[in-house]
Amino acid sequence: MSLDVQALRAEFPILSREVHGKPLVYLDNAATTQKPQAVIDALVDFYSTCNSNVHRGAHYLSDEATRRYEHARTVIAEFIHANAREEVIWTSGTTESINIVAKGMAERLQAGDEVVVTEMEHHANLVTWQQACKHAGAVLRVVPILDNGALDEAAFASTVNSATKFVAMPHVSNALGTVNAVQALIQVVRKQAPNALVLIDGAQGIAHGNVDVQALDCDFYAFSGHKLFGPTGVGVLWGRRSVLEDWPVWLTGGEMIATVSYQDATWGALPNRLEAGTPNIAGAIGIAAAVTWFQQLNVADVQAHEQALLQAAVERGATFEGLKLIGNAPNKIGVYSFNLTGAHPADLGFLLDRQGIAIRTGDHCAQPLMDRLGVPGTARASFSIYNTLDEVELLFRGLEKARDMLA
Amino acid sequence: MKLPTTSEIIDDIEFLDDWESRYQYIIDLGKALPPLTEQERVPEAKVKGCQSDVWMHAEKAGEQLRFRVDSDAVIVRGLLALVMAAYNEKSPGDILAFDVDQYFLTLDLERHISPTRGNGLRAIVGKIRELAAAA
Ligand SMILES: Cc1ncc(COP(=O)(O)O)c(C=O)c1O
Repeated sequence: MSLDVQALRAEFPILSREVHGKPLVYLDNAATTQKPQAVIDALVDFYSTCNSNVHRGAHYLSDEATRRYEHARTVIAEFIHANAREEVIWTSGTTESINIVAKGMAERLQAGDEVVVTEMEHHANLVTWQQACKHAGAVLRVVPILDNGALDEAAFASTVNSATKFVAMPHVSNALGTVNAVQALIQVVRKQAPNALVLIDGAQGIAHGNVDVQALDCDFYAFSGHKLFGPTGVGVLWGRRSVLEDWPVWLTGGEMIATVSYQDATWGALPNRLEAGTPNIAGAIGIAAAVTWFQQLNVADVQAHEQALLQAAVERGATFEGLKLIGNAPNKIGVYSFNLTGAHPADLGFLLDRQGIAIRTGDHCAQPLMDRLGVPGTARASFSIYNTLDEVELLFRGLEKARDMLA
Repeated sequence: MKLPTTSEIIDDIEFLDDWESRYQYIIDLGKALPPLTEQERVPEAKVKGCQSDVWMHAEKAGEQLRFRVDSDAVIVRGLLALVMAAYNEKSPGDILAFDVDQYFLTLDLERHISPTRGNGLRAIVGKIRELAAAA
């Protein structure tokens, strides 16, 4: 079997539009993915037929909205193989998910405790931990990467020790595409720092299939709906029940309480205790629709297709004069970051855009990583399941034109 | 290449009818803009709000204000050259009287000066006008 990419493309209305009079070639999927009709329909259907607040009972629509909303939680729990649906906490996205964990840790860390992150972090999984450490007087330890963009696993093993209280790392790097061997790395943590908790930043990992939080043996897994063919403004914090049950509450207010007096309050049970206020109901239903849609695809086909796109880009780029691939770890997904001699990434991004080709340029929310790599930024094409080999070729034709214009 | 005046630029760009030749013109302007030295590319001279790095030095030259600007992206340099044509070595009064939005609209480049665009042109223009108002 292989992926029927043309049939898949037909499900994404936006892919048939033009920009600057040219057919859209959308290669900015690491920033956000496009949405299939099934997700758009789910959002429209919710607002058209059952919009209502949840958990407030008392009328038919509210019951139905609550049912759909809580069913969405079950869909996510099954998708990532959670032990229980209460372990799925709705958030506004990866950033908020990580903040809930980092803010909680900031209260628990002691001076001298160590928190471990990697050199390839997105700011969302760096600034959070750096600030938590500052707050608590803890030490932030940063595991280096190798020059090819892979994590230095030996350095990881020698960094994690009995002082380590928390390890946060990305499943997949957004700037380099590196897939970390998170399962093996977590085993190292379990052995060398049995009391440490582990968070996986799954923003880029989730859309590539096969996330099993139990098999990974992490304590937290964070991701966003919008990088998984779902809506913006909704995401998930998965946490191990035993850890979440007494996690410091971070937002207080309605929905999350058990009892309230003027002077005091007690917190409700999971998941509500970490979900104050009216949630993003349509977002939750939308992300579940995206997951249901995604699950119809064969994961092996999806991964093979992404590898074929990446491979085509790597091969074409290898003979492209002046092009330097940034990040060629042995295990990568479809992120193609590069620089071109004599051309600033912003110029490339601009001249590609004029040709209908959308890529991202800049530091990819990873300034320290760019410093480590010794580049001010990169141009990044990131592929998703609906991209074609023809589009990879268009990227390089576009780059040829840009190079000629800039010469 | 000597940097042209605003009216020369308008004439030149209006004559070019596809995006490639227009942007080629801007790229060539960018290349002609005299660069700052490494020593002048200091953090204090950086203009905030820019996606690519942009630096500006300003000084009084008699009744006029003189600016020197640079960026590491050539298209931004070209756009800066358009801005310099409007503002460099002009009196504060002339600077404040110049309708930069209309200028970019005429050049069909208004998207570069729109507040949502992160390339810093708007930030540079704001800074220049601020200096002119204070002069
Ligand atoms: C690796 C990684 N972590 C975290 C984030 C933050 O995700 P969001 O902006 O959806 O909260 C991103 C988004 O670009 C990412 O790529």
